[in-house]
Amino acid sequence: MDRLADFAPVTAPDAMLPRVVRVARRTRDLPDTWTLDLVAADNAPLPRYAPGQFTMLYVFGVGEIPVSISGDASDALRLVQTIRAVGKVSEALTRLAPGDTLGLRGPFGTAWPVADGYGRDVVVVAGGLGLAPLRPALHQLQAERKRFGKLVLLYGTRRPEDILFRRQLASWRRQLDMEIEVTVDHAGTDWRGHVGVVTKLIPRLGVDAENAMALVCGPEVMMRFAASALHDVGLPEPSIHLSLERNMKCAVGLCGHCQFAGSFICKDGAVMRYDKVRQLLGLKEI
Amino acid sequence: MAKGAAMEGLERIVSEHRLFEGLGQEFVKLAAGCAKNVRFNADEYLFHAEDPADWIYLVRHGRVALEMATPGRGAVRFETLGEGEIVGLTWLLPPYRWGYDARAIELTRAIALDAKCLRDKCEADHDLGYALMKRFLPVLVQRLQATRLQSLDVYGPPR
Repeated sequence: MDRLADFAPVTAPDAMLPRVVRVARRTRDLPDTWTLDLVAADNAPLPRYAPGQFTMLYVFGVGEIPVSISGDASDALRLVQTIRAVGKVSEALTRLAPGDTLGLRGPFGTAWPVADGYGRDVVVVAGGLGLAPLRPALHQLQAERKRFGKLVLLYGTRRPEDILFRRQLASWRRQLDMEIEVTVDHAGTDWRGHVGVVTKLIPRLGVDAENAMALVCGPEVMMRFAASALHDVGLPEPSIHLSLERNMKCAVGLCGHCQFAGSFICKDGAVMRYDKVRQLLGLKEI
Repeated sequence: MAKGAAMEGLERIVSEHRLFEGLGQEFVKLAAGCAKNVRFNADEYLFHAEDPADWIYLVRHGRVALEMATPGRGAVRFETLGEGEIVGLTWLLPPYRWGYDARAIELTRAIALDAKCLRDKCEADHDLGYALMKRFLPVLVQRLQATRLQSLDVYGPPR
């Protein structure tokens, strides 16, 4: 069977050996979601990464989980990671304070093919916490703004109070060179923005669809419908890229926990082309 | 003469709305016969829940929020509709009563179609009725699909 991924996985030199890093800053994004700025705890430089990759973070004595990198890949001194507290390890991670140390493996996985968007319109569709792994790509899109055509970010989340990286979104909006549309599933009467699912914003994109590229990240059901809606408005399936999530453990394709048909999400993903995974997305068996 | 010119203007506006794009001129004329131009200021209601569903609104500019009163939370917005969209699908089926409030959240201009007038014309001319149903049904299905997604609460905490 063909491999699903098109992007060569980038792994750390010793992928199974955690190195110790230190929390430099801890920022509360939402009541259950925190961003940690990690710095090297020794004299060695932090590992470099590409937008879309993830790391394995290890809370000593508690456990290890995969976490999206949500910072700017051009910043060599800080590794920024966003975590939602949903289990024992993620809760322990969000309780770490500046100065605390933790284990780091990676980065792992495939990257958003940002450079493929040179000369094209780029549509970024994020759902909920899916904005975190897309933020490094958005930083790169902004940093190389002149290389791209129209940039559109569509972001859907549950309620106005669940909007992630609110200040960052406001800052990008002020730059006026990226169209940003935020929609929520439901809201009170003080919310003046869109209400409804994020896929509803897609028919009004106003991009050169046949030549555009899309990066999509969010809950899998949302991605399935978003990718389908993007294709419906004319984006070719190979130009749509999704970031999938499975139960990743070893992160190097050995343990099999994140097997996705003939591939492993940890090393053949997480970023995958829609045309390669479309038929697998609706299968409850995987 | 002025009334005739106004009708021609309405026909053009109706035919340019996304819902009626490509509809035969004869049908557009029939639909435009039930239409009038309306505008709502920000925070003005188009209709309230339980009111008779007498009008269908084709939004030309602005944005309308659909709201439902929820005990303990007040009004909850569950959808916003903007340019090119339709406010009100309830006119299609008895008992023709709105199930929610619709409120303009910014200055909104729309074409209001008299629902009874349109229903009567559809009843009298089934070709018109069929042509309109083919246009309203996809909107209904899209909203059902969107509602399914919303009901899954995909952004909520993992269960």
